[in-house]
Amino acid sequence: MELCLDQVSKSFGEGRKASLVLDRISFTMQTGQFVAFLGSSGSGKSTLMRLVAGLDQPSSGSLSLNGQPIRKPSAERGMVFQKYSLYPWLTAAQNVAFGLELQRLDKQEIRDRTAFFLQVVGLSDWAACLPRQLSGGMQQRVAIARALAAKPQLLLLDEPFGALDLQIRESMQEFLHDLWCRTGLSILLITHDIEEALLLAQQIHILAPRPGRIVRSLVVEHDGSDLAGLRLSRPFLNQRQALAAEMRQLDRPLA
Amino acid sequence: MPSLNLPLKRQLQTLLLKPWALGLSGLILLFGLWAAVAAAAVVDPLFLPSPWAVLAAGQQELAAGQLWTDIAASLMRVLGGFGLSALVALPLGIAMGSSTTICRLLEPLLALLRYMPAPAFIPLLIIYFGLGELPKILLIFIGTLFFNALMIMDAVKFVPPELLETALTLGGHRSDLLTRVIAPCIAPQVLDAYRINMAAAWNLVIVAELVAADAGLGKRISLAQRFLRTDQIFLGLIVIGLIGLLIDLGFRFLMRRSCAWAN
Repeated sequence: MELCLDQVSKSFGEGRKASLVLDRISFTMQTGQFVAFLGSSGSGKSTLMRLVAGLDQPSSGSLSLNGQPIRKPSAERGMVFQKYSLYPWLTAAQNVAFGLELQRLDKQEIRDRTAFFLQVVGLSDWAACLPRQLSGGMQQRVAIARALAAKPQLLLLDEPFGALDLQIRESMQEFLHDLWCRTGLSILLITHDIEEALLLAQQIHILAPRPGRIVRSLVVEHDGSDLAGLRLSRPFLNQRQALAAEMRQLDRPLA
Repeated sequence: MPSLNLPLKRQLQTLLLKPWALGLSGLILLFGLWAAVAAAAVVDPLFLPSPWAVLAAGQQELAAGQLWTDIAASLMRVLGGFGLSALVALPLGIAMGSSTTICRLLEPLLALLRYMPAPAFIPLLIIYFGLGELPKILLIFIGTLFFNALMIMDAVKFVPPELLETALTLGGHRSDLLTRVIAPCIAPQVLDAYRINMAAAWNLVIVAELVAADAGLGKRISLAQRFLRTDQIFLGLIVIGLIGLLIDLGFRFLMRRSCAWAN
């Protein structure tokens, strides 16, 4: 897997009212990498995600996966949204099976994969529950299982834990980290949460707002075997603080 | 006595806490008031027939087979007209809700037609189609189509885009969206729109029958007026109300059965 963005720009509107949302974004990522885009609101991070998903087209520049240009959504790029992520009329298991049915796999395959991925996210006992019977964290885990069941080459996470309570968010971050370690997934995460990006990603691209552009990319190197301990360790906190100051600087012209 | 009285009181209390208890007591209260006023004979029975007189009129019409004929005639018209409207409104509303072009084309037109009172079409319908069943069915069709279509359009517009986009990122095609996402998502609102607009269909069938018909609940009421049979008018009104209520409950039941997720 190789995702490659080359000078990707996106503007909305026409003529004088046109506004530039993304300004010449370029980056590449490889199989097994966990990459995060970190930016405040207005940094165009959701737009960037929609371009990679193929839900929108860039105004200029090119996006490609394995050398093939990205033109429309596909199961090879699975996506998890922040909200409305599950189909409320389907049970957890039916939600996971949804994409497999759309791909018209045979029934046995669908049953096996659904059961397997529900187990991966630890929700086998909740298979027959409707989304409204599940907590917010469980719902996002089902959404992740559904995306994984379609066997994507790249998992796109659009602030997947943004709507969750702090404590649940922390346990979900640990869950995601663990999942990534176990499966060797390629994950592209967008978030405004500095701690989340630092904890989970190997590489962080910092987006400045209006127009959204990459101002700095950094490689994160720390031992991710104990996330709960890492959160509170001195070097991690220092790094987090420095990054927070940097982000504030980027937003300053607005305030 | 207290040992017997206490559970009785408690039973009554829990009974009153049931959701339907207050509604039912309101109904009983009104009925009691009606019976009391009629029994006190303060109002001329010609204006206000007693409940017993209305019951007797009902028994009489039942024995003559008249009541069933009327109910069947009105019901067939409502089912025909409203069924047609529901059938046409569904694709129309979905098309308007999912295509901006179709919406821009049709919405002003429908908004205009919606404000033309359906009964105002009766003279035209009679000129075109005479006095048979067709103009009555068409009246109900015209009178409910636009409401049904616009409400379904709104339901489609409020389908969260994330649900549609998720299907596309899971390998779904655009052609899957209608059957796999939009249809199940709007089902509760569509049923609710039908339930609400069914009341309009009942209004219109009575209006149509007041103008011209050989049988029907509205026709019976207008005949009763000619002979000053207020007991028959009351009977007609109560039967119309009861059937409407039954249809409403039927829709609610269907909704609870088929769209349990939305409750």
